[in-house]
Amino acid sequence: MTPATFRIEARPEGRTSLALIGDWTSRSLGKVPLNLAAGLRGRSIDELDITDLGRFDTAGALAMVQAQDHALPLAGLAGRPEVERIVRLVQDLEREVGEPPRKADFITRFFARVGRGVYDFAAEGWAAFAFLGELLVAVVRSLASPGRIRWPAWVSQADHAGLDAIPIVVITTFFIGAVVAFIGVDLLTDFGAGIFAVQLIGVAVFREFAVVITAVLLAGRSASSFAAEIGSMKMNQEVDAMRVMGVDPFQALVIPRLAALVVMMPLLTFMAMLAGLLGGIVVTWTQMGLGPAFFLQRLVLDGTMPQHMLAGMVKAPVFALVIAAIGCRQGMAVGGDVESLGKRVTAAVVQAIFAIIALDAVFALLFMRIGL
Amino acid sequence: MSDGSARDQTRRPSPIEVRGLVNSFGERTIHDDLDLTVRAGEVLGIVGGSGTGKTVLLNSILGLREPTEGTVKLFGEDAASMTREQRDDIEKRWGVLFQNGALFSSLTVLENVASPLVEHSGLSATTIRELAEIKIAMVGLGPESHYLKPAELSGGMRKRVGLARALALDPELLFLDEPTAGLDPIGAAAFDDLILQLQRDLDLTVFMITHDLDSLYAICDRIAVLADKKVVTVAPPEELERSEHPWIREYFLGPRGRAAQAAEGNG
Repeated sequence: MTPATFRIEARPEGRTSLALIGDWTSRSLGKVPLNLAAGLRGRSIDELDITDLGRFDTAGALAMVQAQDHALPLAGLAGRPEVERIVRLVQDLEREVGEPPRKADFITRFFARVGRGVYDFAAEGWAAFAFLGELLVAVVRSLASPGRIRWPAWVSQADHAGLDAIPIVVITTFFIGAVVAFIGVDLLTDFGAGIFAVQLIGVAVFREFAVVITAVLLAGRSASSFAAEIGSMKMNQEVDAMRVMGVDPFQALVIPRLAALVVMMPLLTFMAMLAGLLGGIVVTWTQMGLGPAFFLQRLVLDGTMPQHMLAGMVKAPVFALVIAAIGCRQGMAVGGDVESLGKRVTAAVVQAIFAIIALDAVFALLFMRIGL
Repeated sequence: MSDGSARDQTRRPSPIEVRGLVNSFGERTIHDDLDLTVRAGEVLGIVGGSGTGKTVLLNSILGLREPTEGTVKLFGEDAASMTREQRDDIEKRWGVLFQNGALFSSLTVLENVASPLVEHSGLSATTIRELAEIKIAMVGLGPESHYLKPAELSGGMRKRVGLARALALDPELLFLDEPTAGLDPIGAAAFDDLILQLQRDLDLTVFMITHDLDSLYAICDRIAVLADKKVVTVAPPEELERSEHPWIREYFLGPRGRAAQAAEGNG
């Protein structure tokens, strides 16, 4: 590949000749188009010399055509019919080249962005309520005719979203229990009340950590996979195919996922509670020399632990509903392109985690009122 | 075929030479000792029943799939023993139109077509934009399409944009994977004309997988028939009509084949 250059020569009788040298292709031109336009300013080409021209393509033709306003003297190209063809093609198409649309100024763009944000927020809320309504109808119809519940889908979802999540949930809450125990033992020993670390671990794990950590993990694991699965089915027109076959996508896709999570989440939460306690036991045993038997005895004798456990377990199915509904709703909202799939999956996880934390706060207030 | 391209064929090395290609997926052999030579400046059609490995052959040539055995020579160089630089250079000398366009969904039409130029050309941003606009005009789309996203395009438009992107770097070799599949007959005929016109104007070598008999008659110089895990024959369509091979007979002399011949005869 030889780099492209050119030579402008003044001929007798005030004529100008342009000689093209080297390869005039998109890969070898570089800044030549700009230099050529600058070199020819105010002059017009009367003759073309292409004896030293190598390869030539539409980029080279465009550079030549744009360098001057009026038609090129194509007679000089007679020796290379393909060059002449390309130049003619580009000459015809060059009229189509327009200016890029002007970008709006900063202030307009700022207000447009704010406006679109407000609109999107309202539209998202509206769509969420519409989905909730459709979901309620589907749930009622499922309960009215239990024969239409899809048990195989239900079981397979329970397997994927529930059983497969056990290792990660158990390991995470084990470490959370251990961390709470470390902090509790360290702080309470200063007051000579190290023994109360056991109750601290119990309350923290039963009431909050087990259920919230499980929910957050499931939001990352299941809300995203629900959104991606349903979303890619939607892109592939599978959801449309179901509709025209008379299959309600809510019955086939949403209800099994929802039901699977509502059943599996309390079970996962229970395992998380056990794992959290185990983490606490390991730490109190190694740090304070209090054995597992002593730990469990103190928990049982405390008497309020069942209440704390109940407070944790009550939240589990509610969180499960929220996670599954948000995941499925975002999946159903996926449009035709890949970009919207990515956006919706992200939105599913973010909204689910946000909803969990917000609901947890609501639960805390509620439990305080009713003294649970 | 014009005199110009006939002369070119003797002068230029053949852009694709496949020798003894074997492709198998586990136990299943798709290609067994397949040979194929594409001549410079021709339009070569690839036909074959479903599952005969047309797309696998394309992927082997493009380097998207490592062949189980055999050699693929691109512009005279063995693809298997190429250095990274040679490979880069060859990838800039071909353009590929995938079956569904394979447009980048996060970019606009104009950005899609400009993307190979942005990556490989070193031209100024304005020149790249103008060149991309010319390519879009070349495939018959107006300026109103420039700022649309691929999701907003119809199937036919998507193919045209895919073709414009494949042509962005003015390749010598153009691969088309079922370019007219999914287009209405009028759109398909227009697309055939477009490919033929561009092939003549830009002096392209075209490697085209197709099921469309009308396309085969309208634009192909030669047709390679994939059957029995090999290329059973490579010949102009008129010659294939006289072939004795059962699949070829059925393909070209079936009701659809005859209709396409009649259309070609009238046109």
